[in-house]
Parts: sequence; C-alpha cells; structure tokens
Amino acid sequence: MKTEDLKNNKDYKYGFITDVENIRSPKGLSEETVRFISNIKKEPEWMLEWRLKAFNRLKVLKEPNWQKPKYPKINYQDLYYYSAPKSTSEKPKSLDEIDPKILETYKKLGIPLVEQKRLNGIAVDAVFDSVSVATTFKDELTKKGIIFCSISEAIQKHPDLVKKYLGSVIPLSDHYFATLNSAVFTDGSFVYIPPNTKCPMELSTYFRINASETGQFERTLIIADKGSYVSYLEGCTAPMRDENQLHAANVELVALDDAEIKYSTVQNWYPGDEKGVGGIYNFVTKRGACRGKNSKISWTQVETGSAITWKYPSCILQGDNSVGEFYSIAITNNFQKADTGTKMIHLGKNTKSKIISKGISAGSADNMYRGLVEIKNKAINSRNYTQCDSLLMGNKCGAHTIPYIKNNNASSTIEHEATTTKINEEQLYYCNQRGLDQEEAVSLIVNGFCKEVLQQLPMEFAVEAQKLVAISLEGSVG
Amino acid sequence: MLNIKNLEVTIDNKHILKGLNLDIKHGEVHVIMGPNGSGKSTLANVLSGKNGYETKGDIKYNGESLSKLSTEERAQKGIFLAFQYPLEIPGVNTNIFLKTSLNSVRKANGKKELDTLAFLKLIKEKATELGIDEKFLSRQLNVGFSGGEKKKNEILQMKLLQPKLSILDETDSGLDIDALRIVADGVNTFKNKDNAFLIITHYQRLLDYIRPDFVHVLSNGKIIKTGNADLGVQLEKTGYSNLV
Repeated sequence: MKTEDLKNNKDYKYGFITDVENIRSPKGLSEETVRFISNIKKEPEWMLEWRLKAFNRLKVLKEPNWQKPKYPKINYQDLYYYSAPKSTSEKPKSLDEIDPKILETYKKLGIPLVEQKRLNGIAVDAVFDSVSVATTFKDELTKKGIIFCSISEAIQKHPDLVKKYLGSVIPLSDHYFATLNSAVFTDGSFVYIPPNTKCPMELSTYFRINASETGQFERTLIIADKGSYVSYLEGCTAPMRDENQLHAANVELVALDDAEIKYSTVQNWYPGDEKGVGGIYNFVTKRGACRGKNSKISWTQVETGSAITWKYPSCILQGDNSVGEFYSIAITNNFQKADTGTKMIHLGKNTKSKIISKGISAGSADNMYRGLVEIKNKAINSRNYTQCDSLLMGNKCGAHTIPYIKNNNASSTIEHEATTTKINEEQLYYCNQRGLDQEEAVSLIVNGFCKEVLQQLPMEFAVEAQKLVAISLEGSVG
Repeated sequence: MLNIKNLEVTIDNKHILKGLNLDIKHGEVHVIMGPNGSGKSTLANVLSGKNGYETKGDIKYNGESLSKLSTEERAQKGIFLAFQYPLEIPGVNTNIFLKTSLNSVRKANGKKELDTLAFLKLIKEKATELGIDEKFLSRQLNVGFSGGEKKKNEILQMKLLQPKLSILDETDSGLDIDALRIVADGVNTFKNKDNAFLIITHYQRLLDYIRPDFVHVLSNGKIIKTGNADLGVQLEKTGYSNLV
C-alpha cells in the first residue's frame, strides 16, 4: 500500500482515510455473504428472498464487455461486500451517539452533520461504506409526510412502499452489475414525497468509501407521488489508494402523475494518480420512470472523479406528455476513462426529451458519449433534442460520440447536434493578455463550455461544482 | 517607457523583423504604418508576449527586460494589446470576463479586488463614456458581435484596465465612421502624461481623429522613416512606393 506517497497528490483533497474499527462480511461473493448482509440489517424474510433470487440469477449472467474503457478482470471473490464501522452496529439514535471520528470525517468533507452547523435548507443522509450513519432534518420533513431515510430503515418501517417500487424500474435480472447490486446492496437513500407536496428543502446523500478492499453497493429509491416535487443531490468521495475499488450502484426513480424529480450528481470519487494507478470503478445503473401523465424527471451529472465512469442515467417516458432531461458534464484527465450518456425511451404520447452533454478530455484520458433515443410506435407527436459537445485539451486525449437513434413513428421528431473543439491557443493568449494566468483562463473557458449544465444544479452546489471543474483540469494545459 | 534595440524576430524560419529600433516615452502617441507583411502585427504580438516567436535583441519596458515576463505578467504590469481580431469565448459572460481580468490585474498590483457591485458601477460608467449599450455587457464575450462591436469592446477593456502602454493593432480596420470616432475618442480621453500608445494602422484617416507625436514607416522588418503627423498625410498621397 503506497498510501503515504499518494498523500502528495495535491489535487485530490478528499483522499484521507478515517481510522475506525470495522465489521466486515466474509470475503468473497457467496450465498453466505448475501445472508450475512440481510441478517446484519435485520431484514424481513421477503427481502432476503429477493436478494437470493438476484444472487441465483447472477450465476447465469455474464459481465458486459461492449464498453470502450477496458479494465483488468475483477476478482469478485477477493472483495468485501459489507464493511461498517463497529460503532454503527446499532444504528445511532442521535448525533451524540455517532463516533466522533465519523462526524469529523464529514466535517472535513464539508458536510457538517451536527445540529448547529447543518447546511441551510439541505437535508443530508450520510452513507459511510455500507451504512447510513445519520440523516438530518428528519423531523421537519416528517411533519409534511415526507419520508427521507436510509433504504435499510425503509425496508423495516415502510415495507409496503419498498415492496411496491423496489426493482420496478431496474428489474432484478436487468444486467450483471444491476443484479449484483440487487443481491448485495448495503445502503443508500429512500425518499417518498406524498401527493401534492413540494419538498421544502433539497435532499441529499453523501457517499463516502473509507475501508479498503471493499466494494460499495449503493441502492437508492425515490418516489414522487401525484403532483409532488423533489430536488435531490448526491455527492461522493473516497480515499486515495493504489487499488481499484468498485462502486456499483442502482438508483431508481418513480414519478407519478404531474410529479417532478430533479436528480443531481456531483461525482468526485478518487480518480487514480497521474500515472493511472488506483481509482474507483464507477459502474452505476440509474433509471427513472415517468410513470404518470405530465410527469418529469431531470438528471444532471457532473462527473469529475473515478478511474472509469460507466453509466447511463435514463428515462422511461411512459406517461402521456411526460418529460425527460439529461444534462451532463464528464471530465476526464490523466488516465481517466468515461463511457457515459443516457437512454430516453418514449412510450407515451407527446413525450419530450432533451439531452445536453459536455465531455471534456485532457491528458491521456478518453471520453465517450453513448446514448439511445428511442421513440416507440405509440409515442405519437414526441420530440427529442440532443446536443453533444466535446472539448479536447492537448494531443493525447480522445473524445467519441455514439448516438443510437430509433424513431418508430412519423409524427415524432429527433434532432441531434454534435461538436468537437480543441481548446484554442488563441483564446488562452487573449485571456493571458488580459492578465489571467493559464489556470484562470482554462477555468473560465471550460466553465463557459459547461455553463448550460452547471446552471441546472441547485445554486448551493453550482459554485462548488464550478471550482471542482477547474481543479480537475489543473495543470492540464501549458 | 519602452526601448527596443535591434529587435530581430523569426517565426517558422521566416525572418520578419530585421533590426527594429524604437523608443517610446511617457505621454507619447506613436503610429506605425506600413505595407502588408511588413511586420506590424508581429511587433504587437512580440511586445505582448505571444508564444512561438524567436527573438534576438533587447526590449526594455520601464527598465525591465520583457523577455523574462510571461504574457499575463506583462498585462499585469500595464501592457495592453487591442487585438486586430478579438477572440470569441462562448459561454463566458462579457461582464464576468472583464471582472476577472480587472481583478487579476488589481491583485498583481497589490490592490484590493472589486466586488460585483463596485465592478458593475465602474463598468457602467466606462461603457456610458464610450456610448456602449449596457445590454452588450451581459452577452457572451464577442460571440455574435459585429466587427465594430468587437473593436469597441477592446477599447472598453483598455479604459477599464488603465494600462501604461496601449498597443492598438489595426483597431481602426473595418470600422464605419461612427465606430472609428468612438475608438478615437476612447484613446483621446484616456491619454495622459503617464501612459503611452503604439497605434498600428493602414489608414491615414485615423489620424484625422488622433494626433500622433510620431509616425513611423515599417517596411521589410525595419523602420525606414520617422516623422511627425505630417508624414501620415504625405503617405496617404504618395503611398509607400517612394519610400520602399
């Protein structure tokens, strides 16, 4: 372990490790591991059965390999599937009961959990390795009938909702990583917004990987009932290590009639060092169902971290007049690789979707937009607009765009625009001549390039994201 | 302020400037005229520190050798270049660009950075002086600007940054008479005993509005004649051919 050397990596300030004693599952993937996770979470029988069904299904599934970024074979028997600080074995009932080391960790990450210092107007669920350690503003939300808790708690307290919706957007047998997640998922957030309720604050989950040799299997489920609205944001970081760690999440969103879900991600997992050693494999399945008429789901993602990012947050537009949106910034530097985009599946009449993707590639990195727009034959009068822009910095990086477009009826229209540009020496010179140094100039130009996406983020996070964009590209020009 | 001695410049193995000498003192306005390809823009680029040029000779700016300074350091020390073709930067709001630029220069000179409110007040003042519509400042930097608007924006930046040495590279090219007047007014109202101008132009008509102290004729990489404003008038009549 060369963790000490890695500490010198100035660009990634979240790379520290918190020294806590852990409880772990047995090593490797087995029925025993699945039973261990279900047991330690004191899950009801139906949940264990669901997990085992997924585990059995997994035996016949093969890991997909059509993606552009290739990686060395993952030894699934050499991983821990559950790791939690010992102090959380009984979920702390109040913040006073949380291990001070964990509170300190979140403080260092800029997410204070203690009462007086909470972020204004933002409720946070904090997930540390395989467990949720705290959820803030719960009481305030409960008064409005809003449920915001960890998925583990929801399984115990709201089994009807979980049974009804879990796996209803991403089926058990969907694909290898989604099925793996269904068998061994540990924690994540659960949100339910009752009918005709506008959630009065931003909800957010902060995911932290701390333990080594451990995979994180997040599971998040958000349900917006009729006429409701919620804006949800997730952030993520991990220590710097020279091993590659797996994060395989499943996120399911369900929007009923006239409901709207806005889901934003600022992904800053450890990207590996400048030689491409270490970093997170971020293999994530995110899917939203616009199940009701006039419903809307909007994904916004700022992907700056991870050694490999492989995900396609998607919308299934079932309800008539439903709307799906995808706004993405994917930044790859050094040896990072991204294969990301979205799927918009139009089933209902008059459905609309919009895709704005901004890929930025620097160093020796490789950045791919891959997306599917499919308008089915009954989805009459539907529309899609797609815009994919790539920005290259330097001569060693790559940008690729692969759109899949299928239109099955004549009344619908699909528009696709794509551009690839190289950051222009003349633009940099112009900025330098006005007194901006190289990094200020790059930050200004890149933030200009990403503006349409950045402005989709909730205000509190847009400023942070802007800084993150600049930091991720530090030293990549000149 | 600026002393250029025996400057030779090569780019891509092409010898462009071949021993150029020029002295500019505080409070002076110098005009450089000359045929296409004589090296006028190269001189502007070398002074502002653009990459890619091989130089020999000596350039001193307020006693300091320019060759050691980066482009941004030169800008921070008061060298300003109004570009012949100002760059478009999509997505970047003009106001934000101007504020970032002003604060970079202020910071380098040990001055307090301006907050948004103070900046907006200042920029509004400067824009009004030049008769520039405020709406123009909330557009993306130079994106979709007409040629004249781009040049006016350069002069606005000059007035905002208050440089010591302003180099105008064919700022008058392609301007209609109203825009030309705005550019000239910008120079005339900004000019004082502490700053200096190096104006590169093709046309004598700018000299109807700006009164230079010196006019130089640059040809084939060297200054071949220097005179006062009357030299400009003469050149308009006879062209460069008699001199070259």
